[in-house]
Amino acid sequence: MNLEYFFSLFLGGMTRGSIYALIALGYTMVYGIIKLINFAHGEIYMIGAFTALIIGGALSLTSMNPVAIFIIAAIVAIVYSAAYGYTIEKIAYKPLRNAPRLSALISAIGVSIFLQNYVLLSQTSDFLPFPNLLPEFGFLKPVENFLSTTQFLILLSTAVVMILLTILIKFTKMGKAMRATAQDQQMAQLVGINVNRVISMTFIIGSATAALGGVLITTHIGQINFYIGFIAGIKAFVAAVLGGIGSIPGAVLGSFVLGLTESFGTGYISSDYEDAFAFIILILILIFKPSGLLGRKENEKV
Amino acid sequence: MLKIEHISTYYGNIQALKDISISVSEGEIITLIGANGAGKSTTLMSLCGIVPVRSGKITFDGQDITTMTPDKIVSLGISQVPEGRRIFPLLSVKENLDMGAFLRNDKEGIKRDIEYIYTLFPRLAERRNQQGGTLSGGEQQMLAISRALMAKPRLLLLDEPSLGLAPLIVQQIFEIIKKVNEENKTTVFLVEQNANMALKIAHRGYVLETGKITMTDNADKLLSNEDVKKAYLGI
Repeated sequence: MNLEYFFSLFLGGMTRGSIYALIALGYTMVYGIIKLINFAHGEIYMIGAFTALIIGGALSLTSMNPVAIFIIAAIVAIVYSAAYGYTIEKIAYKPLRNAPRLSALISAIGVSIFLQNYVLLSQTSDFLPFPNLLPEFGFLKPVENFLSTTQFLILLSTAVVMILLTILIKFTKMGKAMRATAQDQQMAQLVGINVNRVISMTFIIGSATAALGGVLITTHIGQINFYIGFIAGIKAFVAAVLGGIGSIPGAVLGSFVLGLTESFGTGYISSDYEDAFAFIILILILIFKPSGLLGRKENEKV
Repeated sequence: MLKIEHISTYYGNIQALKDISISVSEGEIITLIGANGAGKSTTLMSLCGIVPVRSGKITFDGQDITTMTPDKIVSLGISQVPEGRRIFPLLSVKENLDMGAFLRNDKEGIKRDIEYIYTLFPRLAERRNQQGGTLSGGEQQMLAISRALMAKPRLLLLDEPSLGLAPLIVQQIFEIIKKVNEENKTTVFLVEQNANMALKIAHRGYVLETGKITMTDNADKLLSNEDVKKAYLGI
C-alpha cells in the first residue's frame, strides 16, 4: 500500500470533514434549540463565499497585501452572513414559532430557493474563479505533497473554532443559557432567559461558522457558483444526522466520518460515486441507528 | 402585592380559566387548591406570561404585567417552581442553580447563596457535579425549589411540590417552604392537590373548580368547611 497516497487521502478527508463540521454546527445547534432543520443553512455558506469573492475582488484593485485582503474579505463575509442568518430567522422562522413544525420547514426550503435564485440573478450562473490570496507557508515544504497551505489553514481554523465554541458553550453564561433553552425552552423562560435572544445568537454563531467554511473551501477549490451551498448543505446535514442531530460533538464526529469516507471511497473505490457515499451513509444510519452516533433518544414530553 | 383581576385564558377554543380573581399580600402564604384539570397550573403559567391571557388584568406592585414577556416578569421578582420540577436534565446541579440566578450579576452573592443552598440541602452539595436528570424525585424537587430561590424572588410560585414524593419528603419540602416564608419574608403562592398539607401552612386559600374560583377564605376556616372536607380532604 502506498503510504503517501493514504496520507493524502486521510488529510483530504480531514479537510472535507472540517468544512462539513463548520456547516453542520449550524444545523445541529439550530435543531437543538428550535427543532428546525434549517434548509437555508447551505445558502449562508454560499453567500459567505460570494461575499468574500466580491470584497476580495474589489480590494485586489488596490495595492493591498494579499494576505490582508484575504483576512478582511473573510471577516466581512462572516459578519455579513451572520447578519443574513439573524435576519432570516426573524423574517422566516420567528413568526412560525408556534405553528406546526412542517410550516417552518417549508419556510426554510423557500428561503433556500429564494437565496439561490437571488444570487443567480444578481451574479451569474457561471463558475467564477476564486483567487488564492495566500502565500505558501515555508514550514509546510517537507509535506507539500499531501498537505497544502489552504488545507493546513482549514484544519487549523476548524480546530480553533471548535475550541472557542466549546469554551463558549461549556463555561459562559450565554452558553449555559443555550443548553438550558435546548433542554426545556419553557423552563428557560421561567428562570428569566430571553429565549428570542438565545435563538438569534444560535443563528448568528451557526451562520458565522458556515461562512468561514465557505471562504476557506472556495479558497481551496478555487471557484464558486450559486449552487455550491446546496450540495455542501445537504452533506453537512447528513453529517449532523450521522453524529446525532442536536449534539455538537456529534456533528463534528459525523463530519469527520463523512469526510474520511468520501475521501477514501473516491481514492480506493471510484470517484464516480463521490456524492453517493454521503447518501449511503445516511440510509445506513437511518436504518440501524436513527438517533445518530452520539445522539440521545428523544423523549417526547407529554 | 399581586392582583389577578378577572382573567380568562383559552387553549384554542377551550376556556381554561373563567374570570379568575386572586390577590396576594406581601409576606403571605396563599394556596390554590383544586382537582386535576381545574386550571391551577394554567393560572401560574398565565401569571408568568407563558400562556397568554385573553381578558382581565394582572398587576404586581401596581405594575401591569398582563402582557409582559416571561423574562421581564422574572426580573420583577417572581419565580416559579413548575409542576413536574422541570430540572434541566443535562446540566449539573451547580449549573441548574446558576441558571436560577440567570438575571443576577453579583458573582459574590450568587456564590454565597449557592453555599447557603448546600447547607440547606446537603444532598445537593454531595451531587453538585452530577447531571440534574440523574437525581431522585425528592432531590429534583429540592433542586427545583433551590433554583427558584437563587433568583431571590419576592414572590415564589410553587406548582404541586408534593406530587409523586414520599410522605417524609413532602413533610420536609413543606417545612422548607414555611421557613423561606418566615425567614426570608418571601411571599408564597402554593398550588396543590394535597389540600390538607397546603391549608395547614397557608394563611389563606382559594378553591378552583373547572376554571372558576368557587370559594375563598382563611386557611383554617377552609380546613373545617364541610364542602372542602368532602371534596378535597377525603373526610
